[in-house]
Amino acid sequence: MRSSKGLLASYDPDDFFCELLGSPQGGSLSRKAQTIIRRLDKLNLKTLRLRAKDAERELFNLGITFTVYSDAQAIDRILPFDVLPRLISAPDFDIIERGVQQRVAAINAFLHDIYHKRMILKDGVVPSDLVLGNSNYCKKMVGVDVPGGTYVHICGIDIVRDEAGRFKVLEDNARTPSGVSYVVENRHLMLRTFPDILKGIGVRRVSDYGLRLHKALAEVAPVGAAGEPNVVLLSPGIYNSAYFEHVFLAREMGVPLVEGRDLMVDDDVVYMRTTEGREKVDVIYRRIGDDFLDPKAFRKDSMLGVPGIFRAYKKGNVTLANAIGTGVADDKAVYAYMPRIIKYYLDEDPILDNVDTFICREKEGLDYTMANLNKLVVKPVGEAGGVGVLIGPRASRKELAERRRELLADPANYIAQPVVGLSVCPTVTPTGVEPRHVDLRPFAVTGRSTWVLPGGLTRVALTKGSLVVNSSQGGGSKDTWVLEQ
Amino acid sequence: MSNSLLSRFAENTFWLARYMERSDSLARMLEVTETHARDESGGQDWAAILDANSDISRFRHAYGKANATDVIRFYTIDGNNPTSIRSFVAYARENARSLRHLISTEMWSQINVFNTWMGGLRTRDVQPRRLPAVCQHIKESCQAHTGITEATFYQDQAWLFYWIGKMIERADQATRLLDVGYARAERVGAMEEEHKEHLSHWNALLRSVGGYHAFRRTHSVRLISHEVVAFILKDKAFPRSVLACVNHAHEHMLALVDQHDVETAKPALGILSDIQSRLMAADSPTIIEQGLHDYADNIQQRLIAFTDALGKGCFGHRS
Repeated sequence: MRSSKGLLASYDPDDFFCELLGSPQGGSLSRKAQTIIRRLDKLNLKTLRLRAKDAERELFNLGITFTVYSDAQAIDRILPFDVLPRLISAPDFDIIERGVQQRVAAINAFLHDIYHKRMILKDGVVPSDLVLGNSNYCKKMVGVDVPGGTYVHICGIDIVRDEAGRFKVLEDNARTPSGVSYVVENRHLMLRTFPDILKGIGVRRVSDYGLRLHKALAEVAPVGAAGEPNVVLLSPGIYNSAYFEHVFLAREMGVPLVEGRDLMVDDDVVYMRTTEGREKVDVIYRRIGDDFLDPKAFRKDSMLGVPGIFRAYKKGNVTLANAIGTGVADDKAVYAYMPRIIKYYLDEDPILDNVDTFICREKEGLDYTMANLNKLVVKPVGEAGGVGVLIGPRASRKELAERRRELLADPANYIAQPVVGLSVCPTVTPTGVEPRHVDLRPFAVTGRSTWVLPGGLTRVALTKGSLVVNSSQGGGSKDTWVLEQ
Repeated sequence: MSNSLLSRFAENTFWLARYMERSDSLARMLEVTETHARDESGGQDWAAILDANSDISRFRHAYGKANATDVIRFYTIDGNNPTSIRSFVAYARENARSLRHLISTEMWSQINVFNTWMGGLRTRDVQPRRLPAVCQHIKESCQAHTGITEATFYQDQAWLFYWIGKMIERADQATRLLDVGYARAERVGAMEEEHKEHLSHWNALLRSVGGYHAFRRTHSVRLISHEVVAFILKDKAFPRSVLACVNHAHEHMLALVDQHDVETAKPALGILSDIQSRLMAADSPTIIEQGLHDYADNIQQRLIAFTDALGKGCFGHRS
């Protein structure tokens, strides 16, 4: 495809793996991929910009936005959307799918174990203090049984691709991963905006996510729930930045979108307040953090939660998805042990490798990190959204010196990883179509078994050369097309 | 799966409808006042709107003396005024936002676009000479909302609460429009036969409820005060008459109790039945004689009592 004369004529991914064109060495692209590239190449940049503008306006009008609060003002922003899609071939998606399923199985086995017999700690595979001393380890969950042994019903696993085109897991999100609404809405938008490019190409559909999720949640309803269990989505409310996603999920599942004040607990049974009185609730997909769920059991100042819900949960009268206390499994320090965790429970080699990780709580890891700080990415273990991440090669002397001090003061708070040359995708920029770095967050839904949404959220770092894809730091998203075989 | 409705959603749907209806009515009131403030002495008319909405003291505190520019600003774009159209539309949107998984995408998107437009209006956009165009846009947006709702909103319990809210608000607004319009006509002495030139005030009143042509079709050429009052109060065929609105709300309340078994709606239904029979028995010459303002006020109080009863019965408010 180097013979482009159109839109992609001056596009050069350099040494990075390109998600559209393949590896720099060239390789065989499927016929379908070639057709899509040909069609994209024929587009004119001006028309493309117009279509992109229409698409963004539509997102705004439909209120597919997240809310940013500043100076007591609420501003609705769209997640910037890039109209050039990211492709995933069928064989590549097969790797991702199996890899994610394997990882989710291991995470659930791990969580069950550390809240019961703690064999993995006794066998010394994972350091005891790393788990039991972890701020996300919930002592109240010890001995609590969850239906089907499923702790993480909804899991988002962030995957990147290195220069050689190998997928690597960057982090696990086992609490309340968000972003799936953008996957589905981006697709709808693309179908409306670019019907011509998708024509005749088999792209695996993402629109049944809600049905799959509902089915999975119904599978793990408490024993004794009605034949058709009552599922609800618990949201912190309209002021939450992810509120649109809560609306989206409730609508797609066809379930009530409740807030804490809509629920009540009586005799350890959870009810919702309806116009006709109260009605029993069986399964709660909660988008509220552990701390805020129940002022009687956790943070007393929580206004968002439901007093007494933890007791109802412990008694097995209601299912919470995800379970309480899953945060310990997506901790960045525990992540480093994930290949060993997979091996321990499943006796399999990981299908998706981790990015090489140096654990600063261990002496060798710390020594290596201190000696190679300017070549490494250093992350605090308990943060999310790119907070506190230092990218060595881009950091100033002052930043490096400061991180050195922080590392020595509290080594256990950090891990370090080599800089991964993230793969790129052609992206519409003010100066034309240029490569921008991307990652991928596939979503796995687990009831009695695990289903992986074909595709996932492709996040793109819109700033030239930037490796940070987080929406809070200038990231956008792209539609992700998993091609049929 | 059950077809039950969370109390909060019932309440939010009820208020979504009310705020949109209130925006529509206020736009009508402003437009009619502005049109007639042009050829009359002016100032007093603007005070009448403030009076009808019990906003006089709040307005004086913020602006001082009532004049066209300030009252228009107060009621259109003043975000600090909770009774401005900007605030109403913003409240409607907040309610719609909490209901997004229940209402249709078209309903949400239209309110969202309307709210953005309303929020973008500046002082120069609402100068008196530009007001008619702005009011027209507001009314059309509210009507588009009603049309989209009628065509896309699934007709379950939430739909009933929506229409109950809309009809209660419309009935309430009709009593206020009647009150203001009548007082204005009375001030210039349009009651007397010889003051034919002040017929324009009866026109204004009828136009404010969108009933001028309908009235003309069914009544004599002369505009007789008690006939105009009776028309707005209790003409069953006129969609903005108080009785027509109460009748619709009553039907929906019955459906709530009978078809959806919402037994807790019964006390509110009782209050509404009472308002209905009072309206049917109303005799406009007697009402005028005893004081239209007090009568309008009384209906408003009863509608508030209805809303309170609905709050206790269905929205989970404490008694």
